[in-house]
Amino acid sequence: MPDTPHSAAPRRAPLWAVRGEMSRKTHVIFAVLGFCAVLVVWFGLAESGWFSKVFLPAPQDVAQRFYTWLAEDDLLKDVSISIYRVMGGFMLAVIVALPLGLMIGTFRPIQAFFEPVIEFARYLPAVAFVPLVMLWVGIDEGSKIAIIWIGTFFQMVLMISEDVRRVPKAQIEAAQTMGATREEVITKVILKSAMPSIMDSLRITMGWAWTYLVVAELVAANSGLGYAILKAQRFLQTDKIFVGILLIGLIGLVMDQLFRWVHRRRFPWLHA
Amino acid sequence: MLKLEIRQGSKIFHAGKITLHALQDINLSIHENEFVTLVGASGCGKSTLLRIIGGLENFTAGDVSVNAAPVTGPGLDRAMVFQDYSVYPWLTVAENIRFCRELKAHQQDNSLRATYHAIGRAHALLELMGLDNVKNAYPNQLSGGMRQRVAIARALMPAPEILLMDEPFGALDAQTREVMHGLILHLFTQERSTIVFVTHDVEEAIYLANRVVVMAPQPGRIDSIYNVPLPPAGQRHLDMKLAPEFLSLKKEILQRIRATARVHTDAGLLDKLTKQHHHDNEEGRSL
Repeated sequence: MPDTPHSAAPRRAPLWAVRGEMSRKTHVIFAVLGFCAVLVVWFGLAESGWFSKVFLPAPQDVAQRFYTWLAEDDLLKDVSISIYRVMGGFMLAVIVALPLGLMIGTFRPIQAFFEPVIEFARYLPAVAFVPLVMLWVGIDEGSKIAIIWIGTFFQMVLMISEDVRRVPKAQIEAAQTMGATREEVITKVILKSAMPSIMDSLRITMGWAWTYLVVAELVAANSGLGYAILKAQRFLQTDKIFVGILLIGLIGLVMDQLFRWVHRRRFPWLHA
Repeated sequence: MLKLEIRQGSKIFHAGKITLHALQDINLSIHENEFVTLVGASGCGKSTLLRIIGGLENFTAGDVSVNAAPVTGPGLDRAMVFQDYSVYPWLTVAENIRFCRELKAHQQDNSLRATYHAIGRAHALLELMGLDNVKNAYPNQLSGGMRQRVAIARALMPAPEILLMDEPFGALDAQTREVMHGLILHLFTQERSTIVFVTHDVEEAIYLANRVVVMAPQPGRIDSIYNVPLPPAGQRHLDMKLAPEFLSLKKEILQRIRATARVHTDAGLLDKLTKQHHHDNEEGRSL
């Protein structure tokens, strides 16, 4: 008898199995292919000549624009001022939302006091606050940061309070039966337990902060990626609009990966 | 010596117009170094009673005292083990066990001797619970049974006089559970503490205990108490579960639980449904 059917080379898991497994390498290959597909379709459409360059610039035009913007028009200044505004608004939102969300998720009276108001405020459109913010805060950096703050803060508080509420009761009661004080329960159990999901909530709200950037830079700005996009529209520089949008997307992606990296470093027990 | 005493304990919940007697007129005395299990049909209030002893909830009327002092909240003389999710996933096994040392309540004595003693105890518990080789692992890396060992070791760390266990093995498979039974009996003889243990598994209740308290629902109350005719904890082994006296006690307790769980609801409803069915059939025939 020759070899049995089992003695062949190690069997590979089928790639198209329902909810199948996939190696990290294959995953990366598919992700890169996804980006390439978009690029190829874009290139094809631009080269086909069906569209005017005003409507759809070719990838190489966009790349060219990126280079000139970088070399001649101080792209780095636009990028850094935008990052500064987003981070400013976002960090200020975190500083208030973190303790408030923690308290709302922990104490019923605080929940009853704040939650309905915040639920209401969450539906107020941040965009509509632009004129008010200009009136109250003025037209300097503060106003841009304020718009981003309004756009992210309310959602953030509610998400953090929900993360805090999801801490298992048994974890809290175990500490109580060991004689933990109220402060110790909050700092040594609730905060520690909720931190990974709070980090995820922050990662998600960070994305929203970037969407509000363009709105914020409507307010009498003369720099920044959002401002550059709006100005490019006035001059029909479609390629510049593309660069601006793609850059915001790219920066967002980098920030997201940064959050994930911190998550893995900071919470090894979840990834062990 | 009397360790724990419950006198005329009642707990009433109000849900809208409905008044629910979660517990009614509970009287129970537990002595030092006694292993008492609470069993009963769901809704009999066994877990609520344990939580009240632990100080996590209160009686509406009546009181609990430990060493003749009234219980007003959680205390260092009592420790509690929960069914699941109580181990801290962000701490390693060893850190979980040492957790109480982080709390002010356990830092009264920070002398070198006390610290040395604590380190020694943590080591001993790791060894006793068979956790020595996973002491630097995170709970997520362990099986459910191992995680419960961590929870028990953590509860034992401050050397409580009374250990309260709320269905601690409820989420474990049968084999792991038997291993845990051996462990808990060994630990009980080693630590000489008093244990109150809630379970819905009658066999577990008998195998572990000196006394089995059978509770009944609506209102939650103590139905009957049985002394377990088995040798002391240190001499028990799994074969005893097949001994005639074990089986007859198991049968008796199961019958009590069934009798009290069924009360009026199920039997009455079943009766009504059967009659309705007959009635329908009669009508069908006459048409």
